[in-house]
Amino acid sequence: MIVGFLSVCALLSVLVTVGILAVLLEEAVHFFAAVPIWDFLTGTTWAPGGGSGAAGDYGVLPLLSGSLMIAAGALLVGLPLGLATAIYLSEYARPRVRAVVKPTLEVLAGVPTVVVGFFALNFITPTLLRPLFGEDRVFIFNAAAGAVAVGLMVIPLIASISEDAMRAVPQSLREAAFGMGASKRVVSLRVVVPAALSGIAASVIVGLSRAVGETMAVTIAAGNTPRLTTDFFASIQTLTAYIAQTVSGEAAAGTVRYQSLFAVGITLFAITLTMNLVSIRLVRRFRQAYQ
Amino acid sequence: MSERDIEAGPTRRPEVPPPHVATDAEVPTETIFRIRDLDFFYGSYRAIRDVHMDVAGNQITAMIGPSGCGKSTFIRCLNRMNDLIPGTRVDGSIDYHGQDLYGPDVDAIEVRRRIGMVFQKPNPFPKSIYDNVAFGPRVNGHKVASMDDLVEESLRKAALWDEVKDKIKKSAFSLSGGQQQRLCIARCIAVKPEVILMDEPCSALDPLATNRIEELMIELKRDYTIVIVTHNMQQAARVSDRTAFFTAEVSNEGRERTGVLVEFDRTEKIFTAPTDRRTEDYITGRFG
Amino acid sequence: MTASTAGTPPAALRRGSSRSSLGLLLDAVYSGALFLGTFLGVMALGLLLWTIYDRGWDRLATDPGAFLTNFVSRFPARAGIKAALYGSLWLMGLTAAFSFPVGVGAAIYLEEFAPKNRLTNFVEANISNLAGVPSVVFGILGLGIFVRLMGMGPSLLAGGLTLAVMSLPVIIITCRESLRAVPDSIRLAAYALGATKWQAVRHHVLPAAMPGTLTGAILSLSRAVGETAPLLVIGAAVAIFKTPDDVSDPFSALPVLIFNWTGRPQPAFAEAAAAASIVLLAMLLAMNAVAIFLRNRYTTRW
Repeated sequence: MIVGFLSVCALLSVLVTVGILAVLLEEAVHFFAAVPIWDFLTGTTWAPGGGSGAAGDYGVLPLLSGSLMIAAGALLVGLPLGLATAIYLSEYARPRVRAVVKPTLEVLAGVPTVVVGFFALNFITPTLLRPLFGEDRVFIFNAAAGAVAVGLMVIPLIASISEDAMRAVPQSLREAAFGMGASKRVVSLRVVVPAALSGIAASVIVGLSRAVGETMAVTIAAGNTPRLTTDFFASIQTLTAYIAQTVSGEAAAGTVRYQSLFAVGITLFAITLTMNLVSIRLVRRFRQAYQ
Repeated sequence: MSERDIEAGPTRRPEVPPPHVATDAEVPTETIFRIRDLDFFYGSYRAIRDVHMDVAGNQITAMIGPSGCGKSTFIRCLNRMNDLIPGTRVDGSIDYHGQDLYGPDVDAIEVRRRIGMVFQKPNPFPKSIYDNVAFGPRVNGHKVASMDDLVEESLRKAALWDEVKDKIKKSAFSLSGGQQQRLCIARCIAVKPEVILMDEPCSALDPLATNRIEELMIELKRDYTIVIVTHNMQQAARVSDRTAFFTAEVSNEGRERTGVLVEFDRTEKIFTAPTDRRTEDYITGRFG
Repeated sequence: MTASTAGTPPAALRRGSSRSSLGLLLDAVYSGALFLGTFLGVMALGLLLWTIYDRGWDRLATDPGAFLTNFVSRFPARAGIKAALYGSLWLMGLTAAFSFPVGVGAAIYLEEFAPKNRLTNFVEANISNLAGVPSVVFGILGLGIFVRLMGMGPSLLAGGLTLAVMSLPVIIITCRESLRAVPDSIRLAAYALGATKWQAVRHHVLPAAMPGTLTGAILSLSRAVGETAPLLVIGAAVAIFKTPDDVSDPFSALPVLIFNWTGRPQPAFAEAAAAASIVLLAMLLAMNAVAIFLRNRYTTRW
């Protein structure tokens, strides 16, 4: 009886996935009846109409490019810093330094994203980006601020997953290299990092997935202007920001605009799901290699 | 001087004679390591004390003794491998060709380039056989005329070339345990060290593979000075020229074990006519 | 061939005798860069906290009573966070009440009872995947299932359920880890006394795994309390002028309020947002402190 209850708890998690898919698909089907899927995937203008019917353009590429810009920019910030932190903690830091840095990173990971968004809008853009790149070039809402903010959130993720992978590299491999007169730099770069590579790759993908799925910081700091651009100092819109903005704007149920939320949602879900599957694979392969 | 306080405790066993250590006069070739009053500490815990020993060139010097007697810790002092463990400290002196290994302007990395090491478990890198051997010269920035030649020469010296020459680009993990250990020896040789330290190199190998490594050691001593830790007494008797017997002094109601050198002499002497009763007990199997 | 043992020159062991000066320089630059990289991450957190403090402390400290007990207002000077604070506390309770029993139950089943078969593998893979699904997607789930299909509307109940579903994967994963850390000898000892599997789990394994589980649960709860996107999607409001009476009431929440205030043009609202952020961060920090306390106080080493 009790075991039955427990197994229901476990199956509930499957139900959640089913629920997500059902909800997304149900409305998305209506959406794709009004907007051909090909137009959705290849259209370069995202300009949802207000009323019912397909009034408006629903080409997802501007939102997708916005999300990719944020993810790429976040990686540009988060990968070097996260990896440096991981190598430093795993290979260089004395236990006492580790005991300070690790909890600090956990706190950074725990800061609510809306607060990070506030920080991006009130510090990163006005105090960092604008003096550095010019008031005229940097718009108040800009992709760079969102990317830096998301990059900061990604640091603890990349650092902790990569560090786990590096610490799992057998000590005997380090000793072999040290015993030949290799320096710490050589040992970490030529022995530890290559041996931990699949774990590091997994951390990068988890970071990317997190960056693509991040909502509040980009909604606050990166703007709500869907456009295809490569200008990091311009206002853009991501997939997630569109969802957040549209629900705040209370799109009426049954309209194409309302249904577009679910089409964007399913796009987002598909991207992050793919990344998660790849990263889980990588982590599993890494575990097998050293067990 | 807290370490002296520890020593003042029950560590001293006045009833046993002081270690018998062969003097310099008995060393047949040049002295490579001259070790005096060596103490080693993990924090405040003393792992070995008062080691006094001269290691001769082009010889095999074996360290034997029960587990926990500090022989592995000792051998890792000889190439400053212990520097990598935070909170460790060395007292006393190790002179290498008359130069203090722990002197202020000595670089541990330079030390390890001249004093190579082979470890207990074969630890090849997850790379090809070739890349394993080439790793040291590459990362140490050696100017090598032909890496292929150096790899071949190193593998030949490690008596592995004939077995691997057709699969040199295959993963090192495709080799057997004994072959992997010889690969590690080749990898060590490729850096052109003067001394090879071996920390129980055969403990993970079967008797046949062990035999190959022992033969190899005897060949290698023409070119290298070898210091080996082993808990296999027969191995020490078979391959070494000189043998040091270590044991552990238990103090502080069994909570601390400090390694001491009991006797150091020609291997033949150690195994046929040991001076110290503890050595005799150990080699005849009466060790409690 | 005894050439190799011929005396080594005294300088041979000095720094740089065989290492190139470029190599030595790279070593120094590399370790410096690693330290700098680590330091930058830590410094970013410091800057973030300082910015929030700098912008919000005056607003909060001038009249903390009014700020905590006023409802929202068009006039930034009069605006307070009462409804949002109550909403967040309600959500915290509801989320814990839903996610904790189900999460622990699922973890126990998967770790102690589940047969090793493809269904179990599928469930496990599914949970790992859910842990990586963006929070905003859970919001869409909540909107579709709880708000519309079940007709709860944008109520506290819908919010709590949405956040609970979002927290579930992490709770299951951390709980499983603490169950796995309980050594088998405990289970065997219980069986030897004639306990059934469930009795062994209920009386021995679960209590031993509780500190780790609670720590993980509190940490994931603190993440849920700081979440904004799912609540926005299910329709959490800002203009609420009463505290909730029961779970069917509409609600506001601190992160949603901070988002709303951050988006307003008047600087005074930005200050109010920073002040509310201080309150939110203090709440989360308190939860984290409890989790760390539990971890240190009750963690058993096997």
